[in-house]
Amino acid sequence: MEKQLLSGNEAIARGAWEAGVKVAAGYPGTPSTEILENLVRFKQDVYCEWAPNEKVALEMAAGAALTGVRALVTMKHVGLNVAADPLMTLSYIGIVGGLVIVAADDPGMHSSQTEQDTRQYARLAKVPVFEPGNAREASAFIRRAFEISEKYRTPVIFRTTTSVSHSRALVEVGARTGAGTANFEKNPPQFVPIPVWGRKLRVRVEERVAEQAAEASRAADLNFVLRGTERGGLGIISSGLTALHCTDIFPEADILKLGWSWPFPDELIRRFAAEHESVAVIEEADPILEEHVKSLGIDCRGKDVVPRVGELVPLKLREVRAKLFGESFAPPQPPPEDLPGRPPILCAGCPHRGVFYALGKFDVIVTGDIGCYSLGVFPPLSRTDVILCMGGGFSMSQGMVKAGEKRPVVGIVGDSTFFHSGITGLLDIVYNKGNSTLIVVDNRTTAMTGHQDHPGTGRTLMGEPTAAASIEKIAEACGMKRIRVVDPYRLDEVAAVLKEELAADEPSLIISRAPCLLKERKPVGPVQEIDHEACRNCRSCLKLGCPAIESSGKSKPAINAQLCAGCDMCRQVCRFTAIHEKSCC
Amino acid sequence: MIKNIILVGVGGQGILLAARIIASAAGHAGYDVTTNEIHGMAQRGGSVTAQIRYGEVVHSPLILEGTADVLGALEQVEALRYAAWLKPGALAAVSAESIIPVTVSSGRASYPGDVETRLRECFSNLKYLDCAGIAAQKFGNPRAANTILLGALANGLDLPEPAWRAAIDECVKPQFRELNRRAFEYGRTL
Repeated sequence: MEKQLLSGNEAIARGAWEAGVKVAAGYPGTPSTEILENLVRFKQDVYCEWAPNEKVALEMAAGAALTGVRALVTMKHVGLNVAADPLMTLSYIGIVGGLVIVAADDPGMHSSQTEQDTRQYARLAKVPVFEPGNAREASAFIRRAFEISEKYRTPVIFRTTTSVSHSRALVEVGARTGAGTANFEKNPPQFVPIPVWGRKLRVRVEERVAEQAAEASRAADLNFVLRGTERGGLGIISSGLTALHCTDIFPEADILKLGWSWPFPDELIRRFAAEHESVAVIEEADPILEEHVKSLGIDCRGKDVVPRVGELVPLKLREVRAKLFGESFAPPQPPPEDLPGRPPILCAGCPHRGVFYALGKFDVIVTGDIGCYSLGVFPPLSRTDVILCMGGGFSMSQGMVKAGEKRPVVGIVGDSTFFHSGITGLLDIVYNKGNSTLIVVDNRTTAMTGHQDHPGTGRTLMGEPTAAASIEKIAEACGMKRIRVVDPYRLDEVAAVLKEELAADEPSLIISRAPCLLKERKPVGPVQEIDHEACRNCRSCLKLGCPAIESSGKSKPAINAQLCAGCDMCRQVCRFTAIHEKSCC
Repeated sequence: MIKNIILVGVGGQGILLAARIIASAAGHAGYDVTTNEIHGMAQRGGSVTAQIRYGEVVHSPLILEGTADVLGALEQVEALRYAAWLKPGALAAVSAESIIPVTVSSGRASYPGDVETRLRECFSNLKYLDCAGIAAQKFGNPRAANTILLGALANGLDLPEPAWRAAIDECVKPQFRELNRRAFEYGRTL
């Protein structure tokens, strides 16, 4: 068999294709995005789409699975919050072709606003959860996830984490097995959960969970013991990648590694516990396994020594080991405190910078949202006051206005976020006679996750041209009267438009429109340089927070020609006309 | 025995390609191999790290701090930041490059002036190389800097020469292969 070095996300895509998946949908979100980007390489076999949001993605995939074909849905953990509504009911009506929902958790919050444990959703929705530990397992388990989904007619949650999705391992790749053919068979008592039928479905859900628990105990390819060097001493119960770290940190211990971790495989857990003198449950995030193991009457260690917060990286497990065995352990030196930090920042030439810089001229509250423009919170721009969730940038502003906040309130969302869930917030503000100034920072792509198309770009994930939804026409249709489009690279224009719209006594929408530089892969204009004769070191240009303008200590700023994208904003803010187009080398 | 490699630098410097070349070389040498990369918000000017592990069987892709067998740094302050990941006395190959973070430009932090001294205190087995200068002088192309560092780093690993050649062929675009082969071989001599 051929082996390839695949990331967890690539392995999920490959495994799903091999399993005969026919339809796939998702919304971009780190660390899940690359799954569909890889799956679409098989577009002759698999229809793939970026849905406007995760709820739509799951609903569309449910429709596909109900016709009998296999379907895949991908999202980050917070995406499952958006898709939770269809998930709960889909668990009742069930599916026909296998349906697997990949939810990528982000313990350690590498690029997320929360650290939620998706396994909680499995219990809430009463659907199985699979937890691959690496790319090898991701590919093998996803094929099994489709089988289990079809056998029990239930959606299956496939939980990865950042380190599973973004780690590579050698994976055996194989051929595609036959895909089903769509042919929806009508069966209203099964598929229409009005109470009279829904109550019967509810009973079946519980029966199904009990049957699955029994099968999970027997599924030796998903739930198995990784043998340590000593027999019968400490037995560790764990799941996913954490179990694999344990093989390095606890080489002597047997590890019961659960790849199908809910419904709990009680029989297997009891047998494993009986074979060991002591048991420790070592799991990332919430003590879900641990509480259940204790409920079986098994005495075990767990969150008394294992952190609840953060990613369980090997160092954390080394500390757990020291606590469990009472060993001494000197943690490595932390990095020297005087080293300069490197927080993520808006790129040189980023169009968002113009909006945040201009906002700095006004005493306003800014309710922001999720995307590259979240970075507007950092100094020196410091122009975001609160972020809640996708779409919340618009809706929160309405609450502040209606509560009687004295300062003007500005709600900001990105273009992809506008289509995801910003439209309904705008609708609320117009319908309920609000007074927010709304801004869509429209850079013509889903930038933060690596430039995915969305309903406004005029292109599908399949690579086909399509109708491009218009932000201004949608706003107009919602009843928005004041709609302005600005070029964010013209700082005076942005400030002038902001001044007018903030003064208006009705809601307004400003669309800041310029494409993402990273996507365009070409500069905005000619590279700039600072004439140090003319420069008075007033440091106004540094207030843009542009990574291309460098100044160490008190030295006059200089423009790094390698990084400068020629956006011209620094030239516009210089009061001493010291910034010019760079003279030719 | 598992070999642990950590690469550090700043988004956009080519860490991920370097990691892929090492992983590919380990694969060509017949080892099981894993890598881990930091994506997402880190891309935009943040610190970037990649970890590579190879051996008979490798389960976990993450390295325990203090157990890396080699550290490769494309930016010097990043080498100081991740110094504790390296085994005491193990090889650190550091490119003498400074990328000034915006925290420094905006006056909220300062870039250390004595980086070389601190690197020499930190690492007893240090190769401190002006990779960008060498790339420009010897190869007329600053983009060869990473591969020069990779060559120097390879001296701390036990992978055979043909595996490295196969890895460069596999991971580098045809038009840059010859340049990278030569840059790698030059790095080996440093």
